[in-house]
Amino acid sequence: MSKIVRTITNLLTPFILMFGLYVIMHGHITPGGGFQGGAVFASGIALLIVAFNSAKVQEKLKERHLSVIESSGALMFIGLAFAGLGITFFYNFMVGSSIFGQIPPEGSNPGYMWTAGVIPLMNIAVGLKVIAGLSAIVLVMALASSNIRIDE
Amino acid sequence: MRKTATIISLVIVIVLFIVTAFLMHPFGQPPSDMDDYIIENAQSEAGANNVVSSVVFDYRGYDTLGEATILFTAVTAVVMLFRRRKEETIN
Repeated sequence: MSKIVRTITNLLTPFILMFGLYVIMHGHITPGGGFQGGAVFASGIALLIVAFNSAKVQEKLKERHLSVIESSGALMFIGLAFAGLGITFFYNFMVGSSIFGQIPPEGSNPGYMWTAGVIPLMNIAVGLKVIAGLSAIVLVMALASSNIRIDE
Repeated sequence: MRKTATIISLVIVIVLFIVTAFLMHPFGQPPSDMDDYIIENAQSEAGANNVVSSVVFDYRGYDTLGEATILFTAVTAVVMLFRRRKEETIN
């Protein structure tokens, strides 16, 4: 792409990636969550691939690392689900405990970060999964269309 | 033999569908008790301000597990489609 596009991408990408991470981290307070934030983050990666070529992005972002991140996100999600198995599958066992255990006051409130028990952790797990999954899809497709051998 | 089995199973399915249609929630009625329960208790039970998030990850977590599995399968399929083996690139 042209120099103008590359410069604007350099300026914009950190903010897009940070906004994606913000949407993931605040999934239990504001609208959004793991899926949405991960999609925002992956769109930042897609912008990088469009502006620079895919071979350059692949130097920093290997497909095999992405699959490790995705699998660990899935394992973390299922592990958190099984951790509540003392009562039921997907039981929110962390409400009231010391980690993310605060209960917000009833009704409208400013929004407290340290609440909602297991939900923020699940948001992070799903966010990792979606970031890695969608980035891998975009990267693999871009590499396949540019005739470069995919790093296995 | 096969034809009668087909007809019998088809009739069973049709009857089940019709019975379900008559047992359904009447159209336009106020929401069920479950909705009100979640709206009233999500903040105190799940502790999350975002009620949608508490439904997705707490009350209906099993559904989210399915969504995550769908994403996993999609990624696996795309990588499998677009991957080229080493021997193929040499030739």
